[in-house]
Amino acid sequence: MKILTGNDLVSGDVIWWAGDGWSRQVGDSADVGDHGDDLARTEEAALRVVGAYVIDATLTDDGIRPAHIKDRIRALGPTVRPDLNLKPNDADAGNWVI
Amino acid sequence: MYRYDSYDQSIVDARVEEFRDQVQRRLTGALTEDQFKPLRLMNGLYLQLHAYMLRVAIPYGTLSGKQMRKLGEIAAKYDKGYGHFTTRQNLQYNWIKLADAPDILAELATVEMHAIQTSGNCIRNISSDQYAGVSADEVADPRPWAELLRQWSSFHPEFTYLPRKFKIAVIASDDDRAAMRLHDIGLKLVSKDGVIGAEVYAGGGMGRTPMVAPLIRDFVAEEEIVSYLEACLRVYNRYGRRDNKYKARIKILVHEIGVEEYKRQVEEEFAHMRELGLNPPTEELDRIRAFFANPAYETGLSEDVDRTDPAFALWVDRQVTAHKAPGYAIVNISLKPLTGIPGDASAEQIELVASLAEQYSLDELRVTHAQNLVLPHVRKADLYAIWQKLEEAGLAEANLDLITDIIACPGLDYCALANARSIPLAQKIAQRFADAERQAELGELKLKISGCINACGHHHAGHIGILGVDRKGVENFQLLLGGSGAQDASLGQITGPGFSEDGVVDAIEKVTDIYLAERTDGERFLDTYRRIGMKPFKEAIYG
Repeated sequence: MKILTGNDLVSGDVIWWAGDGWSRQVGDSADVGDHGDDLARTEEAALRVVGAYVIDATLTDDGIRPAHIKDRIRALGPTVRPDLNLKPNDADAGNWVI
Repeated sequence: MYRYDSYDQSIVDARVEEFRDQVQRRLTGALTEDQFKPLRLMNGLYLQLHAYMLRVAIPYGTLSGKQMRKLGEIAAKYDKGYGHFTTRQNLQYNWIKLADAPDILAELATVEMHAIQTSGNCIRNISSDQYAGVSADEVADPRPWAELLRQWSSFHPEFTYLPRKFKIAVIASDDDRAAMRLHDIGLKLVSKDGVIGAEVYAGGGMGRTPMVAPLIRDFVAEEEIVSYLEACLRVYNRYGRRDNKYKARIKILVHEIGVEEYKRQVEEEFAHMRELGLNPPTEELDRIRAFFANPAYETGLSEDVDRTDPAFALWVDRQVTAHKAPGYAIVNISLKPLTGIPGDASAEQIELVASLAEQYSLDELRVTHAQNLVLPHVRKADLYAIWQKLEEAGLAEANLDLITDIIACPGLDYCALANARSIPLAQKIAQRFADAERQAELGELKLKISGCINACGHHHAGHIGILGVDRKGVENFQLLLGGSGAQDASLGQITGPGFSEDGVVDAIEKVTDIYLAERTDGERFLDTYRRIGMKPFKEAIYG
């Protein structure tokens, strides 16, 4: 599947296109098919996102998993600061990115 | 320390208001990201992997307690409670909101700080020796020249859009603690017949094409240093490549036309500069120099240190360095706790160090390119009190220049350019070699990790260097041996095929085993490597 990601213009937070808006959770991502680039342009023009780009991802038993490690780290947060990533109560969360 | 005059302050204040307007226009859509990006970068604001990152300039790594406290306050108020000290003696915040950036810069301006010259193709923040002014082996304090160069280079109209970024380091000792020859230009202050001047090195750097800068002039009189650098920059600005960013640094120009030809052109331009009479007024250097005069050291202080507490004694032996004034010492504060993140400090730790600087170090502290902190003026009688406070705050690791004193860039945990994570690897290595006796047995061993070819973690200059690469979407680590950023500067050589994260930790252990087996009395790891060469290490690693 193809999903769309970028950073919130104001906060800089990593965000994922969820079909009807943006989410902080990669698991909410919607398959953008061939429309990702058009969506990126529209959303950037609307000042809702900066640096938007389309990535490959797969739907697994654990949810949506970006294809590249860089995007998995963007999805989780820094692996060396579990207190700041999206799974602060999961000591093994960092292994998800590998 | 240097203090702003009305010109400095008004420039920085005006810059804050200019950026506030630019941010507002971006937030309302009057500026596109393409238009805004170069403007934010000129104010140190990057868009990184997780958020906006703000890089704050710490000129030549010197801070007052008040400035340090402000850095901690900003970390607590605008970020997630911590900051990251970098290999360029700066500080980075990882979680900045765009709308907050102008307010942060305004707060920095109240303590004579800013984020100018921390990005873009300009002359970047000048770096220097963390022991400047307190080391007995220097010919002069290098910071007045570093400050003069800061003023000369700030918004220099001719050098704001160079072919590529440009880094300058200034030292004044035979011991190079600033990786001077791995800068675009390195200045080493020297004394010749009682006259102060500088040796000038040009064309060094790390990145994808590492080079050790060659000497291009063995003496430039102090009053002509700025004019000579102006000539160096002019030749680079004229002939440096702008068609390919990977070949745009001055090191490529010097390499391609040759050192002699570059020198010839610089001398020609220098002769022209002399005719123009653009040397800065002597009074200005004298004015700046007055800010760096020796503080009023107390006299008659005791040299004794009570070493009854063994943990304290261990820390003193490793972290305390000789000071030029009797009864005083230089304290090195490790930002490399064994399970921590190299260079990171919490807002509370930053506040503590600010207080220690005010109470015990004549209101001054330093940031090192090795991502540690320094209290430069400490009475030996105060060492135990300082150590106790550092210990409580998790800042009393005794590992200066040992294998766990690892330089590591933020890597793929934070950086959009990185290919692999540096920090988890640094932590694994630190834990593998955590035993204090083992570290001491290995002695001076500088280990440096970069998460990509841009080499922010100085891997080329590590006695042991590690470069993270992306191999088909999987992190892979190349191992290098034999680099040095010190006065014996050299570039590390790759051992061979790369490793997984665990594999490179094992390989390092094999490398250190060979060193312990082969070393002769007094040899550091680097000395043994240079004597016996790569082969025994390679055989141990790859079989």
